[in-house]
Amino acid sequence: MKIPLSRIAHGRSGDKGDTSNIGIIAIHPRHYRVLVREVTAAGVKQYFGDLVRGKVERFELANLGALNFLLHESLGGGGTLSLRVDAQGKTLSAALLAMEINVEDSELADIA
Amino acid sequence: MIRIANGQGFWGDWLEAPVRLVEDGPLDYLVLDYLAEITMSIVQKQKERDPAQGYASDFPVLIERIGATIKDRNVKVIANAGGVNPVACAREVRRLAPHLKVAIVHGDDVFPHLDQFLSAGHAMTNMDTGEPLSTIRSRILSANAYIGAFPLAAALATGADIVIAGRCTDTALALAPMIHHFGWKEHDWDLLAAGTIAGHIIECGAQATGGNCQIDWESIPDMANVGYPIVEAEPDGSFTVTKHAGSGGRVNTSVVKEQLLYELGDPRNYITPDCVADFTTIQLAGAGPDRVRVSGIRGRARTPFLKLSISYAYGWKSIGTLVYSSPDARAKAQAADRIVRQRLYQLGLHFEEIHTEFLGVNACHGPAALPQLHAPEVQLRIGVRGQDRKAVDRFTRELIPLVLNGPPTATGFGDGRPPVREVVAYWPALVPRELISTRVEVVE
Repeated sequence: MKIPLSRIAHGRSGDKGDTSNIGIIAIHPRHYRVLVREVTAAGVKQYFGDLVRGKVERFELANLGALNFLLHESLGGGGTLSLRVDAQGKTLSAALLAMEINVEDSELADIA
Repeated sequence: MIRIANGQGFWGDWLEAPVRLVEDGPLDYLVLDYLAEITMSIVQKQKERDPAQGYASDFPVLIERIGATIKDRNVKVIANAGGVNPVACAREVRRLAPHLKVAIVHGDDVFPHLDQFLSAGHAMTNMDTGEPLSTIRSRILSANAYIGAFPLAAALATGADIVIAGRCTDTALALAPMIHHFGWKEHDWDLLAAGTIAGHIIECGAQATGGNCQIDWESIPDMANVGYPIVEAEPDGSFTVTKHAGSGGRVNTSVVKEQLLYELGDPRNYITPDCVADFTTIQLAGAGPDRVRVSGIRGRARTPFLKLSISYAYGWKSIGTLVYSSPDARAKAQAADRIVRQRLYQLGLHFEEIHTEFLGVNACHGPAALPQLHAPEVQLRIGVRGQDRKAVDRFTRELIPLVLNGPPTATGFGDGRPPVREVVAYWPALVPRELISTRVEVVE
């Protein structure tokens, strides 16, 4: 079945220059493996379309049940150059949490 | 155990936070992080206009307000409030709070040494673009090295009540009291990494206690009185994140995880002047209401380099807005955008970029935005950036006429023409760390 990522994860995003970072965290640690399987660098790149001009990198933090994504060239130049209202990518984690992912019913059995 | 709290996550943060931290519960060290990357260029310009300025002007006023309390309770304050003029900052603190002993950390300002560095063969290439610094040499406004925690710890060792630094790393502010109090050494990589990560957790203030929190945000209690974060640090590098009893907000493992991920790059290589911290070694555990225990942190040797924060005059930009109401709010805003662009083209104006956003439709999330077919109103937001100030200035006169000569129902123009803003850009670069020497000056 398809669910929005926000059913099983939360997150926070910020910036370093023209790169935004999005941290995605499993609400229940047992869903970390679903994040690893469903939220790929290529999938994130495709999801944001032309918002991300550069590459997307993914890093795994199994100890926190979290993934960290770096979206290169995604902030309109970044810092003071950017003409974007969200020049620091503060809202991009919320955007990614609305992405639909595929899960087995059994994987959600323990969520109310 | 020592208690270290952060009372300011940036210059502009909540003025009541540091006051409550020293008044409402036990505390040993109050740290205040005033400097964002671009703040250095702002304070540099202030200093050029007035040699007595160039620092975080909120800071002396705060010290005047809490000076008696921190002396009574023996709370030491460490702040990067000095900007590009820590001496003037210290002078103002001493004027407003003459009973306090102040230590200044010098050495981060390398602006006077740049030509010497260049002629010695240090290219200071842009870490993002690879361009050599010589391409922008004449436009540089400020240049500061990120200083680590050891010079701040040396300042604490003088017995100062207040330590004022310029451009130190955010994490160094919280690591310094641990080095000072526990006697950690320059090769204690695991301990330094632990203190660095403690600093990362609290450096953005209330973002570690429920602010900007995406999990269960509606249920976080009493955000009007949110408590700012406190680290209870142990000599073995473990620590507990908490806040004062009775304050608002929330500290749990989910909140702390969000802040750990904030502005993170490669989690195995969090590079600071003091060490390289490994975020994949962090172990979190709930330890009672509003308490999170952090342990297990490992680190590696620091790199041979220090990072420079260089700012330079880049050009000009302006951003203007108009609001269109329904029906067809989005279509009207899109038509207005086409008209503005055609008029700019017909005027023969050239810009590095013209960027249009439709607030209420997709400005924040771009292609990922949820479909919004019938927005009751849409804000048109057009920005331009370029090297030619006259062109940018002409743009500022092209938006408001649309109220009368464009699509119907335009409003929200009450502030008139948008201002032209100077763009000061940021140039990150590395230099060998031995080029930077620091020293502590005590004022009492």
